[in-house]
Amino acid sequence: MDFSILTTEILLALLGLAVLILGLVLPGKGRKFVNALALGGMALVLLYLILNFSREAGLFNGVYQVDAYGNYFKLLFLMAGLLVILMGARYIDGFKEKSNEFYGLMIFATLGMMLMVAAGEFITLYVGLELMTISFYILTAYLKSDKLSGEAGLKYLILGATSSAILLFGISLLYASMGSTNFIEIGASFGSSAAVIAGVLMVIAGFAFKISVVPFHMWTPDIYQGAPIPITTYLSVASKAAGFAALLRVFMLAVDPNAVFNWGLLLAVLAAITIVVGNLIALAQRDVKRLLAYSSIAQAGYILVGATAANSYGLKGVLFYAMIYVFANVGAFAVATAVEVDSGRTDIEAFAGLSKRSPLMAAIMTICMLSLAGIPPMAGFAGKFYLFAGAIQAGYLWLALLGLVMSMVSVYYYLGVSKAMYIGENMDEAPLTPGWGSTAALWVCVLATLILGVYPGPLSELAGYAIQIFM
Amino acid sequence: MFEIPVLTLTLVVPLLGAMIIMCLPAGQHKGIKWTAALATLISLLLSIAIFIGYDRSLGGIQFVETIPWIKDLGVNYALGVDGISIPMLLLTTLIGFSSVYASWNLAERVREFFALLLILIAGVMGTFITTDLFIFFLFYEVVVIPIYLMVIMFGSTKRVSKEYAGMKLTIYLLIGSAFLLTALIALFVQARAISGVPSMDMAFLASLNYGVEFQILVFAFMAFGFGTLLSMFPFHAWSPDGYAGAPTAVSMIHAGVLKKIGGYGLIRIALTILPAGAAVVAPIIAVLALGNIVYAAYICISQKDLKYIVGYSSVSHMGYVLVGIAALNLISINGAVIMMFAHGVMAALFFAMIGNLYEKSHTRNIEDFGGLAHQMPKLTAGFMIAGLASLGLPGMVNFIGEFTIFVGAFGVYRVISIIAISGIVFTALYVLRALGRMLFGARNEKWDHLQDLKGVELVPLLVLGLAIFIGGFLPFTLMDLINNGVGELLAQIGPLQIGGLW
Repeated sequence: MDFSILTTEILLALLGLAVLILGLVLPGKGRKFVNALALGGMALVLLYLILNFSREAGLFNGVYQVDAYGNYFKLLFLMAGLLVILMGARYIDGFKEKSNEFYGLMIFATLGMMLMVAAGEFITLYVGLELMTISFYILTAYLKSDKLSGEAGLKYLILGATSSAILLFGISLLYASMGSTNFIEIGASFGSSAAVIAGVLMVIAGFAFKISVVPFHMWTPDIYQGAPIPITTYLSVASKAAGFAALLRVFMLAVDPNAVFNWGLLLAVLAAITIVVGNLIALAQRDVKRLLAYSSIAQAGYILVGATAANSYGLKGVLFYAMIYVFANVGAFAVATAVEVDSGRTDIEAFAGLSKRSPLMAAIMTICMLSLAGIPPMAGFAGKFYLFAGAIQAGYLWLALLGLVMSMVSVYYYLGVSKAMYIGENMDEAPLTPGWGSTAALWVCVLATLILGVYPGPLSELAGYAIQIFM
Repeated sequence: MFEIPVLTLTLVVPLLGAMIIMCLPAGQHKGIKWTAALATLISLLLSIAIFIGYDRSLGGIQFVETIPWIKDLGVNYALGVDGISIPMLLLTTLIGFSSVYASWNLAERVREFFALLLILIAGVMGTFITTDLFIFFLFYEVVVIPIYLMVIMFGSTKRVSKEYAGMKLTIYLLIGSAFLLTALIALFVQARAISGVPSMDMAFLASLNYGVEFQILVFAFMAFGFGTLLSMFPFHAWSPDGYAGAPTAVSMIHAGVLKKIGGYGLIRIALTILPAGAAVVAPIIAVLALGNIVYAAYICISQKDLKYIVGYSSVSHMGYVLVGIAALNLISINGAVIMMFAHGVMAALFFAMIGNLYEKSHTRNIEDFGGLAHQMPKLTAGFMIAGLASLGLPGMVNFIGEFTIFVGAFGVYRVISIIAISGIVFTALYVLRALGRMLFGARNEKWDHLQDLKGVELVPLLVLGLAIFIGGFLPFTLMDLINNGVGELLAQIGPLQIGGLW
């Protein structure tokens, strides 16, 4: 057995442990060092992953799969993690002696996601999922003195545990029918009994919770609003991408698309409801965190369109969109973080006059939000093009039309924030400067959004390479 | 042989200008304005060079540049112009150049304004010079957001608030574009299924045969998308409010060229790629066009605000363009293209004059004025040129457009044409009434303090006025070119039998 295949995961686990332990051992000034270690360590792991991107191998008889598909998402998680740490540095510093644990838990959440996307069978997938989710339970409730944060943590725990239970029950039904937890083996002997259908439905419900698909989205706004803002960001980009990655692997390998039930249509209807509900409720939000929470529900709907199509364009769209969504959403949240650090608020009024206080941040917020809305030349447009091309190719013209019309509707609330930033009046006119970490993250996000929007070729080729395992 | 990529240069210069402006210090007003002026001037000169340098005996798409862009979607960064796109490009640069001078007196947030303006101009140009559908759409939507920001930051609140006007305009156009994008993707997917290769090249897409039902559906989607942009009745409501709320330069560009992307897209994309669908849907467009011509002209008569008059009149004039396109023959489409050019320069001149007057008097209500010719003879001349062009006086390029459209359309839609021609009478009524009341009559001493156009303020009047007269007296300069382009398109798609819906 060649354990060197697992180097990325092992390194990250060691890093997480080191950060936790050193944080306890080293007093005072050592904390800064540990924080830097977390950042630098993650960057090194990312570098290692990029250098070994094309490595492919199965471990333990297919229980754990290292392949381009998994690596693509691991890349996404590490990048998202780095950006979140960079942009949240000031915010996280506010935790004082607790900041080391914060980084440590974030690293473990990332490790959980990595396990999820590389799992070749359900139990491993479940372990990864729990590692991620439990880390997030703690992180969500990290603001101990804040009632909203505590409430969010508790809600997340209860609802998350319920959804895990449903997922686990679905898995057990599938195991009972097919006698295996391995995706490929399940796919080979996919039956048509009621237990199988119930099993798949429960698995869908379990994942739908993680990626906040309507009607399993109720937790999202409260938890996004209550959690510390870097965690909200990380939840919305990485945890969601992990859910999608695992869902796709299960669906492409384990579920026979033609057996018994039109799964595609089911997903299409879920996607449609999610897009409509997410966007319409977002229209009425006055708090930018909540607005972004509902918008992230809608975004999940768009990505689900690609999963529905399940053809080359659709899958490529899922991977492409998940990546550019990281940049767009982290960019928007980075600005929101800077505003919250400055004013302690995140309602739209707190953003008023931002274009005078910080022209750069106002411009970046606008660009990132328009990318979320899918307006060219931002990357969101190219992503939506792939997703909806896949949907139309699979025969879902109505879904594409609905999705595109709703994304134009979403421009209304995104521009509402821009309107506040550009013509709103703010009592506080002092220039607002984000820290160096935040500035770096902002530039990375905006450049990636613009460059990938104008020239999406390279990323789409990478995504195309990653989905080879399904073709 | 290495050739200078003229089209790319035309496109990139305003973008470069925008970047330079963003780097200049915010207080550097003079520098910012001259940068914008220089960038648009270079684009204007380049487009004139293209207009002259285009080989008319050769025809077809010239100045071609192609760079592979996205392989699996078959997208190329492909530029090229033909007889239809050159007049549109020229129109864009003419108006772009004038609009910089029409905003010369701006004093607040100058940097943001000119940077956004240049991005807007580049975006509009991009749609006219690309031959790739993906790139076309990229530019098509790029323009919407700068417009929104400019309206809310620099617009004016009169009958409706500028925030309302900006959002109405944005949402209308975006919903239209959602249908358009759906149509484009469906077309792409279908073409891929037929030919087996992904491609976004307009000529390649046009060379395939699609089923008639597919064509009707996709054409209808496109007609809705482009029609909204062209303010086709009953999707025109954004236009008067939008123009009224927008700052002068945006009104000029929006009414002058941006709307024309709708007509251009209908001809170059929808009609060329989906001729059978066009033949079926065309009568509906022709009937809706009557709504534009007659209904909007009727509303115009009762308007008091100058911008609303020009706003509704531009809706009305787009009706002629739609009739021309819907008649689907060489002469009528020629007329539609030249009418788009004519209306563009006319509307831009009108808005420039209104903007100038409003800046000085802070009102746009016709009834507040009277006898302005005494105080402002040059401004009066500008208003008269625009007004007379608007009602299609011979000697102005607009006459050529209207005349050609009706010559072409009469054989196809008798009744519709006759009703449409009556629109000209309405136009004469509201234009002459408004201008007569404002400009002529006894001197009104309340306005003695107004200064006439001077210095750079004259630039829009000279540039656009000249274009109106050159087009009017020497129509063949444009007509040859357009005839060339339209002729080739129609030759490609062959004869069409209009109708078939009922």
